[in-house]
Amino acid sequence: MSKLDSKIPEGNLEQKWDKYKSSVALVNPANKRSLEIIVVGSGLAGASAASSLAEMGYKVKVFCFQDSPRRAHSIAAQGGINAAKNYQNDGDSTYRLFYDTIKGGDYRAREANVYRLASVSANIIDQCVAMGVPLAREYGGMLSNRSFGGTQVQRTFYAAGQTGQQLLLGAYSGLERQVGLGTVEMCSRHEMLDVVTIEGKARGIIARDLVTGKLERHFGHAVLLCTGGYGNVFYLSTNAMGCNVTAAWKATKKGAFFGNPCYTQIHPTCIPVSGDHQSKLTLMSESLRNDGRIWVPKKAGDTRKANEIPEEERDYYLERRYPAFGNLVPRDVASRAAKERCDAGFGVGSSKMAVYLDYKAAIDRYGKTQAKKLNVTNPTAAQLREFGKQVVEEKYGNLFEMYKQITGEDPYELPMRIYPAVHYTMGGLWVDYNLMTTVPGLYCLGEANFSDHGANRLGASALMQGLADGFFVIPYTIGAYLSKEISVKPISTDHEAFVAAEKSVQSIIDKLFAIKGTKSVDHFHKRLGKIMWDKCGMARNEKGLKEAIVEIRQLREEFWKDVRVLGTANELNSELEKAGRVADFLELGELMCIDALNRTESCGGHFREESQTDEGEALRKDDEFAYVAAWENKGDYTYELHKEELKFESIKIAARSYK
Amino acid sequence: MSQGNMNLTLKVWRQKNEKDTGKIVDYKVSDISPDMSFLEMFDVLNEQLISKGEESIAFDHDCREGICGMCSMFINGQPHGPNKGVTTCQLHMRSFKDGDTIVVEPWRAAAFPVIKDLTVDRSAFDRIISKGGFISVNTGNAQDANNIPIPKTDADAAFSAAACIGCGACVATCKNSSAMLFVAAKISQFALLPQGQVEGIARAKNMVAQMDAEGFGNCTNTGACEVECPKGISLENIARMNREFFMANIME
Repeated sequence: MSKLDSKIPEGNLEQKWDKYKSSVALVNPANKRSLEIIVVGSGLAGASAASSLAEMGYKVKVFCFQDSPRRAHSIAAQGGINAAKNYQNDGDSTYRLFYDTIKGGDYRAREANVYRLASVSANIIDQCVAMGVPLAREYGGMLSNRSFGGTQVQRTFYAAGQTGQQLLLGAYSGLERQVGLGTVEMCSRHEMLDVVTIEGKARGIIARDLVTGKLERHFGHAVLLCTGGYGNVFYLSTNAMGCNVTAAWKATKKGAFFGNPCYTQIHPTCIPVSGDHQSKLTLMSESLRNDGRIWVPKKAGDTRKANEIPEEERDYYLERRYPAFGNLVPRDVASRAAKERCDAGFGVGSSKMAVYLDYKAAIDRYGKTQAKKLNVTNPTAAQLREFGKQVVEEKYGNLFEMYKQITGEDPYELPMRIYPAVHYTMGGLWVDYNLMTTVPGLYCLGEANFSDHGANRLGASALMQGLADGFFVIPYTIGAYLSKEISVKPISTDHEAFVAAEKSVQSIIDKLFAIKGTKSVDHFHKRLGKIMWDKCGMARNEKGLKEAIVEIRQLREEFWKDVRVLGTANELNSELEKAGRVADFLELGELMCIDALNRTESCGGHFREESQTDEGEALRKDDEFAYVAAWENKGDYTYELHKEELKFESIKIAARSYK
Repeated sequence: MSQGNMNLTLKVWRQKNEKDTGKIVDYKVSDISPDMSFLEMFDVLNEQLISKGEESIAFDHDCREGICGMCSMFINGQPHGPNKGVTTCQLHMRSFKDGDTIVVEPWRAAAFPVIKDLTVDRSAFDRIISKGGFISVNTGNAQDANNIPIPKTDADAAFSAAACIGCGACVATCKNSSAMLFVAAKISQFALLPQGQVEGIARAKNMVAQMDAEGFGNCTNTGACEVECPKGISLENIARMNREFFMANIME
């Protein structure tokens, strides 16, 4: 008998959530006022959960490591947010969004969760518009949609290339409203460093005030981790510099299982690495694949400039290999195809590790329609180009500007050079249907959990999931637990469990300072990142993964002997913050490799070279691997695998084809 | 891969904590690549300091793609440096020349106290938002998103105002340390949308009152904020805010 109980309600897929919502236990308003909830992280999931729960009457405390909750990395999401509104009358429906998400995730997600996500998606758009989020509109005043990878309908809502920013600022405004009303206590520049459990239940956290360095104890009847993904284990990723796994990783040490750690998303359209100094990678939104065409020269090692290569000597390899979806294949497929071309010697740019994303055809096409709209007869070629550029600028202007800033090249004139980069992690803490981890009272929302995207996330679905979890799922499901906690009085933070947790956090800090080694934290982080990228990145194999495990262990030992952390613990100390995070990455990285080694199939973002079709496509092994791998941290860097079987009752599991 | 060949002198503000008086300290960096961002150049400097056993320079940064608003360096007398429309993280070293001397200071404003080195406390902005930078709609209250058509021009203008990243460059550059552009951007975003107009009066009054309470200065229309804003937030927003505030006072 598995230790994992997913608590999926009985009944038809379409009715599970509605029925569950109507039957789940409630907490009456008076009792809500005496129940305290801790929310860690203030991105889309954290901010929307915190404001919604506070509106309901709970006492909420929110923590974020940034100087303001408005800076959480949800803000950087560019392209859009999916919702099954069917405003375009193009055949969209809850079922189709559900189907696309399951298929996009390569049949490795839980049906019931994904269906619930699809069914609340429309409410998210309604809610955000009511909160004043300025989503893009058409001239008639109605909301506008664009297409995104892995779908054949237009269901993506957006705000130019700043959708994440606008949605996050919307969620943040809701959060600040509650702060103003006194229902939420906001603790910025605080980092959670441990979960406190008492008699097996999550009862609070230890957090460090990053300005004074003081360790603080905070009690909560429930703790929600909304702390995002762990892509920074690769050092270079599209994540913000501060993104980390620490909160989730500490939770594994208190009994929370980690689900599918090896599922990482490598995003196909990022600005290529320019040198060793590079600290992060920048995404060029997937929405650019709507209008841009991806190509490499047909001749390997072609050194001509992009503009000098005639049309017939260009290989639009995505359109060639996947005629049905073309440039809009899902991310994992597009990334691998780019790697395949570059590895085969067709890459472009000085590093030869890049492909072109070309806007010339789109500029020409938009130029013509715009000339018609403006009633310009016989426009000159220069006019057409100018019109076309104007349309592209309106749609993607900020992205083009960003590209120009970073590379020094003008993407209106030259095709952009792009290459895949680590972007998102589908894996995360294992949660049941209520979003509760294997620790009672400890929840996990948004990217930090493993639940909805299987082995590959579709574009514009992260924002959807973050807000779905926070606005529309947790406010209901938390009642199932808290309704039984109403008689629990707040526990004093002098309780021995708090004292012990604080002591353990303090001892790690002391240890880091005591090493007085010779190498900086970044030195170790970069080396870890290289091991992960080379051996647990876009393609993985048994030999490489085994080597990686050995190398990570050695690196971890070296870290604990030779890292240099200067300054003191009683002040703002970014080196100390980084050291703690990298220490956790050095453990997580090993578990990712262990998980990748265990899963000898290819699925979604996890590509095992040993498991591919003759055409080089990912080959799943449904008989052996149709399960969630949930890893229990047994201490001393050992992990035990627990399997949650995935049952597909509403969808026929099939080979994923975008041809 | 680009070869680094720039040698620079940096004059950087060092301040141990809020109480310390602080001072400018000179540093040299060499072999800087023009493809580095300004913050990556600071990474190089910090690595250099750590290897010498000196404490690294504290500075705020996070997304490094120009959208989170966390980075905040006052470079050669300009917030976010010499280029128009970019944040510090998106400023690249190709904007400087070999041999340059660059002065780097924190944002300076009474309402933004220095925490350490180049890091300042901008929580005043959050407190202003908490007084009215929202629409009072609880989760679950919403009607269908297309029930209220919004003219595209209004939606676009609201979006332009909402593009503010809350970095505080407007305050840092203003001789009065005024936060008018920041506050006006939020008031304008909602004033332009039918959903936001419902509580327009209370919003203008409460946000302006908090802005004053935080110790930000007044606006004397120099327009420096608009010039330095990395997101191009327009001065028109301040005019709109003044109208809203004026209306609020009449209605009271």
